[in-house]
Amino acid sequence: MVKLRVNGVERSFDGDGAMPLLWYLRDELAFTGTKFGCGIAACGACTVHLDGEAVRACVVPVSAAAGKSVVTIEGLSSDGGHPVQQAWRAHNVPQCGYCQSGQIMQAVALLSKTPKPTDDEIDQAMAGNICRCGTYLRIRAAIRTAAGRPA
Amino acid sequence: MSGTIRRREFMQSLLAGGMVFAVASTGCRRLGGDPAPHEPPGDGFEPSVYVRLDETGAVTVICHRSEMGQGIRTSLAMAVADELEADWSRVKVEQAPGDERTYGSQDTDGSRSIRQFLLPLRQAGATARALLEAAAAQQWGVPVTEVEARLHEVVHTSSGRKLGYGALVAVAKRLPIPPRSSLRLKQPSEFRYLGKEIPIVDLFDMTTGRAQYGQDLRRDGMKIAVVLRPPVYGGKVASVDSTDAEKVPGVERIVKLRGTAPPSGFEPVGGVAVVAKNTWAALEGRRKLKVSWSDGPNAAYDSERYRADLERTARAPGKVARNQGDVAAALAGAAKRIEADYYIPHYAHAPMEPPAALAVVEHGRCEAWTCTQNPQGARDQIAKALGMSADDVTVHVTLLGGGFGRKSKPDYVVEAALLARAVGAPVKVVWTREDDIQHDYFHTVAVEHLEGGLDAGGRATAWLHRTVLPSIGSTFSKNVLYQSDGELGQGVTDFPYAIPNIRAEAGPAPAHVRIGWYRSVVNIPHAFAIGSFLDELAHAAGKDPRAFLLECLGPDHVLDMASAGITGKPQNYGESFADHPVDTARYRRVIELATEKAGWGRPLSKGQGRGLAVHRSFVSYVAAVILVEVKPDGALSIAQVDLAVDAGFVAHPERVRSQMEGAAIMGLSNALLSEITFKDGRAVQSNYGDYAVARIDAAPRDIRVHIVPSAGRSGGIGEPGVPPIAPALCNAIFAATGRRIRRLPIGRQLAPAGARA
Repeated sequence: MVKLRVNGVERSFDGDGAMPLLWYLRDELAFTGTKFGCGIAACGACTVHLDGEAVRACVVPVSAAAGKSVVTIEGLSSDGGHPVQQAWRAHNVPQCGYCQSGQIMQAVALLSKTPKPTDDEIDQAMAGNICRCGTYLRIRAAIRTAAGRPA
Repeated sequence: MSGTIRRREFMQSLLAGGMVFAVASTGCRRLGGDPAPHEPPGDGFEPSVYVRLDETGAVTVICHRSEMGQGIRTSLAMAVADELEADWSRVKVEQAPGDERTYGSQDTDGSRSIRQFLLPLRQAGATARALLEAAAAQQWGVPVTEVEARLHEVVHTSSGRKLGYGALVAVAKRLPIPPRSSLRLKQPSEFRYLGKEIPIVDLFDMTTGRAQYGQDLRRDGMKIAVVLRPPVYGGKVASVDSTDAEKVPGVERIVKLRGTAPPSGFEPVGGVAVVAKNTWAALEGRRKLKVSWSDGPNAAYDSERYRADLERTARAPGKVARNQGDVAAALAGAAKRIEADYYIPHYAHAPMEPPAALAVVEHGRCEAWTCTQNPQGARDQIAKALGMSADDVTVHVTLLGGGFGRKSKPDYVVEAALLARAVGAPVKVVWTREDDIQHDYFHTVAVEHLEGGLDAGGRATAWLHRTVLPSIGSTFSKNVLYQSDGELGQGVTDFPYAIPNIRAEAGPAPAHVRIGWYRSVVNIPHAFAIGSFLDELAHAAGKDPRAFLLECLGPDHVLDMASAGITGKPQNYGESFADHPVDTARYRRVIELATEKAGWGRPLSKGQGRGLAVHRSFVSYVAAVILVEVKPDGALSIAQVDLAVDAGFVAHPERVRSQMEGAAIMGLSNALLSEITFKDGRAVQSNYGDYAVARIDAAPRDIRVHIVPSAGRSGGIGEPGVPPIAPALCNAIFAATGRRIRRLPIGRQLAPAGARA
């Protein structure tokens, strides 16, 4: 039995503790905002916060989240109004939108550690998150805006 | 990839207290014929490209094209809302299921949603508006000429009386459809939404995790399936030992799927499916399957050896596709003569969302939900696989987490239907990234051989283009060795330059994998070769590449397809050459615009270089100027990309810019990083670890999109940004370093010798 907190709610899971957190979130809890992209921590689509750290949910076993707090895109804000989400909308970042949950979660984690990142710091922090549509320039601009820098 | 609009009919239906205007896109090209009643199949309405108003005044636009990032759900709704004079805040978008009879083509590929459906959607909105105006005039007992629809209400101009759209619905829905010839479409200056910047309708959902894609589908009692497919195209299961797989908790069934032998078209390739309670159990079960394969005739496919084969083929004369003047004589008599071979590898689409589909089969019917570009193809294929009538199959379309052409092929939807029937429960088939990359419909692989001649004044006198690549046709028909006229029409036979002697040939190339269309298709190899070789010729002539390009284009003219020496039937992306000629003035304008904005000719520091390339595809024109810097250690950075695009009238400029930005990034992935190789018939790469695509740190510092203002017929947008990127980049690298890249991807080719491992 694994006990953990997901988006502020206490949960317990008595299935296979080796199941990646990604599938627990998506299949068991229906938090489908966290996306499946690669399964090997190579694309960042499944990025969530584990005790405030950005992690790839596809390679974190549920057992490793025992006693910890998980925040997904659904738990980032109740009304979609987190400053990073707002900045994403202000720059019309998404195209297909599939990777954007992970991008936003990664960007939030970056800004919590580095509130005023340089472009190089943005690139470094975001390089694990692929966007095949190629929205990278707008991601940079949105992060600058969320950081209070000119876009 | 056909899909010209042959007939459009307006249909009205009295449904659910509202009115429905539908535009079907089947039949003749002209708008004509009597309005036919809308007869929705089944008990509900099977919507078309239509708009629905209810008595509260709510407007619902049904989008029949798939949303995969191009913003089509927004742009088509804007077209309806604009002509309807609707209040945008009261417009909702509903996604149509696959139904060709009602909607016409729903194949969301070929960059044609706007170019083929902007007008019908505007007409649908205008029809609705005319009926609302007529209803108000009738209610007030005044001539219809005295009333005007304005932002969700109809106004009697002289008295100032007003009625909201909702209040008019009951009357409007009983009025006869106005003849199409009576419709007054807005002038561009009157547009309220079209041509303006409107946030996409899915923006909030996409930034909050609420947007639902194929992978996200859920249904009570649903099983998850993953399939172990033959690693070689045409391979078969020889034996299966599923003992260990069945022991995995949560695994419920092992199902052998029959595959279709090549050419397998849209049908599944077969394999062994593991059906389980959840995704993790299915994946664990699949890992424990022991399957031996009989690989079949493609088991020896080796992409490195195949490259040598293609190069050999490209050395010999091929089948003539175009012949103008006498290239052999012109080359023999040229003051200067150069030649080059270019290689463009296989690519995998690798959309961020791997394919997925959910199906239910019960009571002799199948209902499927999926991320598809091609719901009609999915419906037909399911019907065929299950032995049903297409009328008994419904395919719903979710958002697509990227498509790029992969999701035009509904093999994965058929898998879901077959498995749902086999297990008697709803089944969602999940493709993993490895499945996606190893079992893709790959972008073809090409060798392009070019020869050119210059006269003493450095003017191009001869152009020989020999293109050798497996055709997409090979996926659908046996014994296809040559490109189709449609493929040759992607840059080769429609080559616009006024060079006096032009010859194009296609060489034979058998396919050993599933070849499919991939964003901008064979424009990729063709444009890379053409754009690079024009630059090589410019340097051979000692001329500025921009000046040389303009010189080769000659005085503004329209390419006369009849006298261009084209041997096949000239193809124009499904459009007529009368509507969309190959117009060198438009090439010239995008070249001028891109180079002017990029500061072409301005001095650069050491290690920097600018490259230019231009290409017409999907009847749009795009020129790219790329500014690069190459460090002595070979490290390449891209400071700036300027893209000039002439796509005729642009419905949504902000989404056009985003498509162009994305095309630049995808073009850079193609040029710099991506390659699928094959060994023993198997794709060597399997995930984003070894199949590299551009990440944010490879993205240019700036991408600037310059749209040529135009009220002309709309061209494609999703694809045309890709083709000029790779040649512009390699031309820039040449300008910066003197190194000519002729083989993609660039990879480590710029590193100093000895450091290229």
